[in-house]
Amino acid sequence: MTNVKTETVAARAAWSSVVRTGETLTITDLHGNQAVDFLLYDAHDTSVRYSAPDTIHAQGGIFLTTGSVLLSNEHTPLMTVTADDVGRHDTVGGACSKESNTLRYGHHTWSQHACVDNFLAEGARYGLGKRDLVSNINWYMNVPVERDGTLGIVDGLSAPGLSVALRAERDVLVLVSNCPQINNPCNGFEPTAVQMTISRAAGA
Amino acid sequence: MATATTHGARAHARAQEGTRAEAMPVVPATDWPAPPCAAGHLVWAETVAGGNYTHRVLARGTELRLTDLRGDACAHLLLFVADRPWERLNVADTVKVQWNAYLGEGRLLLSDQGRVLASVIADTSGRHDTLCGTSTLVRNTDRYGDGTPQGPSPAGRELLQLAAAKNGLEPRDLPPSLSFFQGVAVRDDGSLDFTGSSGPGGSVTLRAEQDLTVLIANVPHPADPRPEYVSTPLEVLAWRAVATAPGDPLWEATPEGRRAFLNTVDFLAARGLA
Repeated sequence: MTNVKTETVAARAAWSSVVRTGETLTITDLHGNQAVDFLLYDAHDTSVRYSAPDTIHAQGGIFLTTGSVLLSNEHTPLMTVTADDVGRHDTVGGACSKESNTLRYGHHTWSQHACVDNFLAEGARYGLGKRDLVSNINWYMNVPVERDGTLGIVDGLSAPGLSVALRAERDVLVLVSNCPQINNPCNGFEPTAVQMTISRAAGA
Repeated sequence: MATATTHGARAHARAQEGTRAEAMPVVPATDWPAPPCAAGHLVWAETVAGGNYTHRVLARGTELRLTDLRGDACAHLLLFVADRPWERLNVADTVKVQWNAYLGEGRLLLSDQGRVLASVIADTSGRHDTLCGTSTLVRNTDRYGDGTPQGPSPAGRELLQLAAAKNGLEPRDLPPSLSFFQGVAVRDDGSLDFTGSSGPGGSVTLRAEQDLTVLIANVPHPADPRPEYVSTPLEVLAWRAVATAPGDPLWEATPEGRRAFLNTVDFLAARGLA
């Protein structure tokens, strides 16, 4: 594999990149137990975007791992999980926002950082606005659903150095919010940095 | 009747008035034969055909009852604040904030702005879904041979896009939807169990907590395993009522819900609307 680029995303920061067809994006949880909020779009037509429900329905389950195909709202493949050290990633919980934080924890959280603000700021660089934000993937976040439907973000399964790798099935635009949440165990209550590596097969 | 002349064609067209079809709106809604409320309060009375859609703008406080008449309806729903559609249903927040993936009586449908769009005030079905969204053109073409809106097996997303367009909204404005009357449960390993319908007559009643644009597609659930496209009529009735207020058990049912109602009324009060 040839390395295209490697970038470290600081705790609480946003990141974005186009990943070309056939390239692999590897997300490494440098310090462990860090949720990575993730949206993706067809790089040439951003109205075609990641669809959590299409992905969940097509694979018949709510957790992502090796072999999971991330589908668009057109039910077409955007990326495929080709390697996964963790075994479970979230499709259901979406992003934290200043607004939802007031419901989840109380109004005292309003001035804290939140993922939706990262998505809005980073997406604006590509002409994406609020209506382009939909239910996202949370890499490394652990959200079990019990038989009565009870659901919640619980302690993560990740550890320092674990990674997940995604192959682009078409040219995609990836938006990341390296989750700033400090009120639940998605980050072990302390956001940390992650690493993004884009690589391609030698000669490709 | 001769339709070779303008007068004949006009007479032919006018003679159709009064025709009753199984699926149609009743206008005015107060003419609905068996209203579930004081008859004068009905504001929307319609039977939506299988494989079809409807939409309406409802005032805050309106109650909306959906009924699966024959047991094979599936109401795929999207909600937007009527005059500011960038505030819209957020299924992820709806399940995450309320610590539950399933829908039922007492559940709130939350916007992406930390506010309540609608409350589920009654439910006799118990078979609903927040996870799988609706069907797509690609998927229905693969499964049934056709997913176009005018074909025999329309996809839900195609119909919701049409309903959205009639309210000035574009495909980008459509977030993941939720659906009533065809259930999906999550097993311990995260896999899905399609539980289907509870049978004919199941109903769900929502209460609008803000002025809402409501989009509904009545199409088979994407996880329905049957090879044929089975979609039967959905009854839609809405009537004037009052929004949830302090003192209502629903207002105090959970701390998250209480804060969602407080946010909603705080916002509406600032606009002079509550």
